[in-house]
Amino acid sequence: MAIFINQDSKVIVQGMTGAEGTKHTKRMLASGTNIVGGVNPRKAGEKVDFDGNVLPVFATVAEAIEATGANVTVIFVPPKFAKDAVIEAIDSGIGLAVVITEGIPVHDTAKFWAHAVATGNKTRIIGPNCPGLISPGLSNAGIIPANISGAGKVGLVSKSGTLTYQMMYELRDFGFSTAIGIGGDPIIGTTHIDALEAFEADPETVAIVMIGEIGGDAEERAAAFIKDNVTKPVVGYVAGFTAPEGKTMGHAGAIVSGSAGTAQAKKEALEAAGVKVGKTPSETAALMREIMQSIG
Amino acid sequence: MDLYEYQAKDLFAAHNVPVLPGDVASTPAEAKALAEQYGTTVVVKAQVKTGGRGKAGGVKLAETPDEAEAKAEAILGLDIKGHIVHRVLVTTASDIAEEYYFSFLLDRSNRTFLAMASVEGGMEIEEVAATNPDALAKIAIDAIKGVDLAKAQEIVAAAKFPAEVADQVADVIVKLWETFVSEDATLVEVNPLVRDPEGKIVALDGKVTIDENAAFRHPEHAALVDEKTEDPLEAKAKAKGLNYVKLDGQVGIIGNGAGLVMSTLDVVAYAGEKHKGVKPANFLDIGGGASAEVMSNGLDIILNDPDVRSVFVNVFGGITACDAVANGIVQALEIIGDAATKPLVVRLDGNNVEEGRRILADANHPLVTVVDTMDNAADKAAELAAAGV
Repeated sequence: MAIFINQDSKVIVQGMTGAEGTKHTKRMLASGTNIVGGVNPRKAGEKVDFDGNVLPVFATVAEAIEATGANVTVIFVPPKFAKDAVIEAIDSGIGLAVVITEGIPVHDTAKFWAHAVATGNKTRIIGPNCPGLISPGLSNAGIIPANISGAGKVGLVSKSGTLTYQMMYELRDFGFSTAIGIGGDPIIGTTHIDALEAFEADPETVAIVMIGEIGGDAEERAAAFIKDNVTKPVVGYVAGFTAPEGKTMGHAGAIVSGSAGTAQAKKEALEAAGVKVGKTPSETAALMREIMQSIG
Repeated sequence: MDLYEYQAKDLFAAHNVPVLPGDVASTPAEAKALAEQYGTTVVVKAQVKTGGRGKAGGVKLAETPDEAEAKAEAILGLDIKGHIVHRVLVTTASDIAEEYYFSFLLDRSNRTFLAMASVEGGMEIEEVAATNPDALAKIAIDAIKGVDLAKAQEIVAAAKFPAEVADQVADVIVKLWETFVSEDATLVEVNPLVRDPEGKIVALDGKVTIDENAAFRHPEHAALVDEKTEDPLEAKAKAKGLNYVKLDGQVGIIGNGAGLVMSTLDVVAYAGEKHKGVKPANFLDIGGGASAEVMSNGLDIILNDPDVRSVFVNVFGGITACDAVANGIVQALEIIGDAATKPLVVRLDGNNVEEGRRILADANHPLVTVVDTMDNAADKAAELAAAGV
């Protein structure tokens, strides 16, 4: 098993015919993902050949679902059109929408999130501005390189893409049930807590790595959730101890404002919840290594 | 991007939020001319993107144009918490009957927007929130429904604004919401919002933060960037499309991905504890595609930072292959040539790492040291920086 995506995931790509969409559709196909089509109203009816995999292009997400039974959409639509693309995905009733697009105005994200809530949260949204998720060997929805690590029993949830890759690399001899990058924007769909809850319920996951960064209070809330709800061992890492106040560190959400959002506060909250927190990615990986070796 | 008070008030005025007449001055003479134009007592206010201006002597009342000139002279050039005052706002003075607080902001935890209002304005709102939380009303705003008059009245009632100003305040709240939405702001704050002795509601101060991700639909926001106070290296990096933040240390940092670069800063700071306390000199994320050109632009910025003593290039080859990054480094050093004088520590891992390391080994550049792990590379970079201090 795995969380959110598995061998039964049938994936469509919104923005499949754009440069990023094309590049990553190829990569997802190469890692064994069952991609069943793409969506682009201007190219509806066309077929696109990805190294021998010929995929149909549909006008709408709803049509794509009707024709293929798709249950996951990966969205590469540019920021200007991303809000409408996500709302279309929500209205189609698809189970999972993975929003890779970086640079979406936060008012747009707030609107599609409000729309998801108003329509009963039928679609799980991951992102925006995230690398997506991979259940190695089963499915890969997004841009996480499939060759870093194979399948295993560690669950990984991270705000950052490259730290996801780094951690997968450090723990590649154990492997992952699912690794998920939830994104570094101020408003995101799936949170650390959602992923922790799913990993706790997933029988194949035996331990969890949680990577956070400065800004907001998601890590603090995750810590409270872990204390009350998570029985599996959790190891944590927080990036941004040396980030100065008021400077945005790459991710729109990674900013320390006043006393809120500091790495130190997040680390303390996690430790108070019984999470072992590493000072560096390598130290964090070493903590997980010990746990996995003791589980055997 | 945080705006200056005068910029925030310009946006308020454009959206019909009541503000007092005022304009910005860069010289004492300009301040005097504005005071003459208004023909009344004015307030001369330092324009800096930080709080505590009053305490630092950055806000002064002036009864005559000559006095306005003298106050501007005293305020211009002040250093307020590291921010040098380049401009003052000259605005007509208002008598204050009551002070209130109002803001719209992003509520990350609840993934929506929030209105905050209090009839105890004028002081730091964090203080009100800490000492008298009941006096601060917080009302969630549905991002789709927004704030109409009914919602504004609900906010007014929740914050217990006095009956005689309720309608006026509700009207101002609707206009502030229009400002918040149509300018793609993540913060619109008025502190204080005042009632003057005639009973009129006025925004006496203003703080606005603009979402830079929305720049594609706000070409006019480009004019709000203050090139005068931008760090020259940050300005240069921005012009080249690089995500760069200048910090105050000695180890230049280049990496790919915001999270990894943030983490690199931390690891270098820890390593620095053993090497004369050296620290990271910057944040620089070259993103996914680390081409020779991007690497060269990045190195160019960092090598031109006089504070930098050593450079740490930390790349995890995920989508980017390490051999492409290694080629980028080698070509960048060729482009920069003799101008490159500072030692580079390179750590590569991930996709095609063997080939990447081989390329660097073959190039055998005298300034480049390849180290196999992030922690060890940080230690080496800190050691080299400490040797140059």
